[in-house]
Order: sequence, then C-alpha cells, then structure tokens
Amino acid sequence: MNEKQPTYWEVMRERGYSRRDFIRFCSWLAAFIGLESTGITKVVKAMETKPRLPVVWFHFQECTCCSESFIRTSHPIVADIILDKISLDYTETLQAAAGFQAEEALHNTMKKYKGEYVMLVEGSVPTNDDGVYCCIGGRTALDIVKEAAEGAKAIIAWGSCASNGCIQSSKPNPTGAKPVHKVISGKPIIKVPGCPPIGEVMAGVIVHILTFDRIPQLDGLGRPKAFYSRRVHDTCYRRPNYDAGLFVETFDDENAKRGYCLYKIGCRGPVTYNACGVTRWNNGVSYPIQSGHPCIGCSEESFWDNGPFYQHLASFPGFGIESTADKIGFALGAVTVAGIAAHAITTNIRKRKLIQNQINENNQKGGE
Amino acid sequence: MKDEKIKRIYVWQLPVRFYHWLNFLAIITLIITGYLIGSPLAIQSSSEASFSYWFGTIRFLHFSAAFVFFFNFLFRIYWGFVGNKYADWRNFIPTRKEQFKEILDVLKVDILQVKVKPLRSIGHNALAGLTYFLTFLAFLFQSVTGFGMYSAMSDSFLPKLFAWIVPLMGGDFAVRQWHHIMMWFFIIFAIVHVYLVFYHDYVEGRGVTSSMVGGWKFIEKED
Ligand code: HEM
Ligand code: SF4
Repeated sequence: MNEKQPTYWEVMRERGYSRRDFIRFCSWLAAFIGLESTGITKVVKAMETKPRLPVVWFHFQECTCCSESFIRTSHPIVADIILDKISLDYTETLQAAAGFQAEEALHNTMKKYKGEYVMLVEGSVPTNDDGVYCCIGGRTALDIVKEAAEGAKAIIAWGSCASNGCIQSSKPNPTGAKPVHKVISGKPIIKVPGCPPIGEVMAGVIVHILTFDRIPQLDGLGRPKAFYSRRVHDTCYRRPNYDAGLFVETFDDENAKRGYCLYKIGCRGPVTYNACGVTRWNNGVSYPIQSGHPCIGCSEESFWDNGPFYQHLASFPGFGIESTADKIGFALGAVTVAGIAAHAITTNIRKRKLIQNQINENNQKGGE
Repeated sequence: MKDEKIKRIYVWQLPVRFYHWLNFLAIITLIITGYLIGSPLAIQSSSEASFSYWFGTIRFLHFSAAFVFFFNFLFRIYWGFVGNKYADWRNFIPTRKEQFKEILDVLKVDILQVKVKPLRSIGHNALAGLTYFLTFLAFLFQSVTGFGMYSAMSDSFLPKLFAWIVPLMGGDFAVRQWHHIMMWFFIIFAIVHVYLVFYHDYVEGRGVTSSMVGGWKFIEKED
C-alpha cells in the first residue's frame, strides 16, 4: 500500500488542465490566503512538489450547508482538485462508496496516514444519552470523532456547528450538542465559523495548510486571522450611513430604499467577525447586507439565542420576547422614583417632630 | 451664628471632590451617549451620508468620556491609599465589627425610619461605603466590557489589555448586551444616591450635600 501519491500538478495535468490554468489557479489561491505576489511561487512550488494532503471529512449534526458552500467556491478547480475523490478519502456526502466500502476507505486512510491526515468536521457532536442522537455505521459521532482525532495532524471545524454549536446547541439543547473543541483536546483545531462559512475562506484555509505545512495564524477564539480579524461592520459599504446616523427604521421604508445602515433593524455587523463584506458570496455577487437584510451574526457563538434577529439587542432573559433591557430599565427606574417619593413622604410624617424640635432648639440658642 | 455644640471637620479633600464631579460629568455623558448608541434617533434626511457624522460624534463622545472615566477611576483607587482617613480604601470594605453594626443602624434609619443614636461615621457611613464598593465593581465591569468592545476598533495598547473579555463572555454580542444592561445600574444608583444625600442632610443636618463641594461637614461635639 505504499504507492507514491501524485502531486496536485500531476493530477491536474492528468485531468487535462494546461500549465496556464494551473498558474492561474495558484495565483488565485495565493490571493485568497492573502499572500503578496511573491507568494505565488510558493503556492506553485507546493502544488508541484507536495503529494496530495490526505483528508477525511466527517458529517455529524449538520445540514450540509458547509459542503454546499465549499463546492460553490468561485474557482471550479478547488472543488475538482481538493474535494474530488482525489483528495478526499472519506466524506459521506460526496464519495461514491457507501456502507462497508466507505467505512473501509476511512479506516485505511486513518491507518495509512496516521499523524498526517487532516480531519474536517462538519456538524456538532451530541453528548447527551451517550451520544445516541447521531450515529453513523452503528457508532456514535462522539466515538468516531475521538478515534479519528487521535491520528489527525490538525482538525478543521467547518461552520458554526463544529465551531460553536450553532442551532443544535441553542437553548434548550436537548441532545447536548457540542462543538469539536469541547469534545477533543490536545490537537490543533482551526475554527471556520459561519452558517455556512464562505467557500473561498474554506478553500483558503486548506490551501494554507497545504502550502506552508502548518496551520494559519489564529485569533483568540481559534479562527484564522486572515478571514476573521475584522467585523462585518468594519468592511461594510453602508458604514458611512452608520457614521452619519442614517438608519433604516423598518423594512421597505424610504430609508431602506436609499440604502441606509441596517443597525436599528438588528444588524449584527458590529458584533460579527467574518469576511462577508470583502469576499461576499456566490462569486462575489452579493452578501446579506447588500441585499437589504441585516447581518444575523451567523459566525458568532449563540447567535440563535441572541434573538430576535430584527432587534438591536436580545430580549431580556425571563421577561418575554418583547422585553429589551431598556424597557425593564425604565420600569425599574419608575419603581425607584415611586419608592423614593413614598419614602420622602413617610420621612416627613415620622421625622417632622424631631426636626421641628431641633429647629426650635437652635432658634432658642440663637436668640439668647 | 456660632454654635458651641457643632464643630467643623474637613472631610473631603480637594482631589476627592474633584474626582467626584469629574466622575459625575463622565458618567452623565456616558449614559446619554451610550443610550443613544443603543437606540439612535430617527433622522429623516435626504442629504448624503458624507455630509454628516452625528452618530460618529456620539460614539466619539462616548469613547472620550470613557477614557476620562477610566483614568479618573484609577486615580480614585490610588487616592484610597494615600488620601486622608475618610478617603481610605478600608471604608469601602466592611471587615470590622463596628462597620457591620453601623450597616444595621443605617438600615434602621433609612428604611425603618426609627431613631437611633447619632451615626458615628464622619465620612461615608458603613453601608454607603459598601454600596460605593459595589459601584466600583460596576465601574470595573463597565470599563472591562467597554474597552473589550473597543479593542475591536483600536490597535492601541490600553483596549487590547481588555480583549480577553470577549471570548470569555462568548462574543461581542454578549459583551454589548451586558454593557448595556449595566447602564441601568448606573441610572438607578444615581437616583437613589442623590435622594439619600438629600435625605441624610435633612434628618442629620450635618451638611452632607455641600460637603462634596466645600469639603466640610458639621458634627455634633461629643462632650
Ligand atoms: C458609566 C459607564 C458607561 C455606561 C453607562 C455605558 C453605556 C453604554 C451603552 C448603553 C452602550 C450601548 C450598547 C448598545 O446597545 O449597543 C454603550 C456602548 C459602548 N460603550 Fe459604553 N458605557 C460606559 C462606559 C464605557 C467605557 C468605560 C468604555 C470604554 C472604552 C465604553 C465603551 C463602549 C463601546 C466601545 C461601546 C460600543 C459602541 C459601538 O460600537 O458603537 N463604555 N455604552
Ligand atoms: S449595515 Fe450593519 S454592518 Fe453595515 S454599517 Fe450598518 S450596522 Fe454596520
């Protein structure tokens, strides 16, 4: 089983791509991972000389939107080269093999490339009731993820499910769904949150590992800095309206038609770290804010619990969906003022005598 | 009028009074601008965005006041170690038996409104001190969450020191939510604080209200 793995360039040539296509592809990749132009040669070299990266891709509690996003990256070769069976040794959604064959492919890869393969996880892992809420081939996701993580070089947590639990772990979280970093420790985990993450960002992360043989630089939350260091708000083209205080008040009002800022109808751009404003979606066609919809913060932890979406702040826990902190604050303020008024009145009733005495005493002395 | 039974005591040193009123200004500014950041006014305008910057200005005021507030707060902590005995940090954390006893006494005076023998404290009474300690914690919370959020829009050293709060609280949204909720603590504190000063001034006649301006209180001589 020790046949030499072909390099990416070899594979591409075999498939009929020209040298020009190849160079163009490499330049595109370099641009995406944020390299300067001299970095292109590094990518070309890596693609020419490095054997393909063994990759296993798991699907647990998820909706497959991450995979869908990935196969729609603007450059078709990505899907072809990285995702096609050539590079992926195991992925339930896209592989041709099924059942026993599929499981065997997985085990072969895990054995053969122990310590070398990259493990991609899409979906969260249920932990309640021994993890019975997600089983594949008769085994629980928890079991599988632990076994596969053992021999993995690095783990990429695709999407919000694997990075922060997404909707499965929102309250009340009946299955005890957890993101990967809460069930695995001791392995480098790269979080690529988003529901789904941007396809180009996903490709960029893989290419970075491929080119440099190490994981990209991560921020405090374990996300690649290249894509998650800025808030959607910082790169938003509606930002001048925000600074000018020009806000959409309701969907479809005059201000919405003018393209004002969506802050007051709940835009999560100011609290969301993602590359949507720069990379955009569907080959850079648009992104939610450009289409007139406020950002819902899909790459942030607990974004489902921070609702309602079309309100600037979340409703106040325990006080019903309409209650904002301000409504409760005003009510408390009113209660306080009423309490003070009552207190002031009783003070005058109960202490009037006392104070009157003091006044008299003083006046007498003053008169002496 | 000269009254032999009353003596004047210099309680609040100039730096304490200066701190108090600067803090007042900063917090008023922070509350007004903070509230507006949370619910900006609806402006109908047909002018282009590039001609105005009012929301930017509101935020700028919030951040400027925030720096004043923060350093003023640090200064007060420092003064708690070098100031006179009324400014000392020990007034804020009840540890001695008399302090606990006084807390009960103050509760009796303030809430049950029964008469107890004149309160002993000349500076803060023990309950007020404890309350101010809680407000200092609130100052700390507001500074940490505020600078934590600010670290997303700044590369400077100070905000970066507080960036850790964001992952700890689970993201910028939660930080913002709690920062906003805490504003109401400040508002309600302010209402009660002002009332109680007037109240104690009225029932004790020691000149508490003006003490934060001139520094003097008037105490009954014990003979
Ligand atoms: C008495 C103290 C303070 C009060 C009452 C206060 C209040 C508020 C309120 C109500 C908001 C709006 C939150 C929202 O709904 O979006 C806010 C935002 C904010 N505050 Fe404060 N704040 C205080 C101190 C500070 C301090 C010390 C800082 C430190 C830099 C700070 C930095 C911020 C930041 C960065 C924002 C977000 C603004 C934006 O992104 O547009 N605040 N504050
Ligand atoms: S639309 Fe959203 S992201 Fe854009 S400027 Fe307004 S608040 Fe920020």
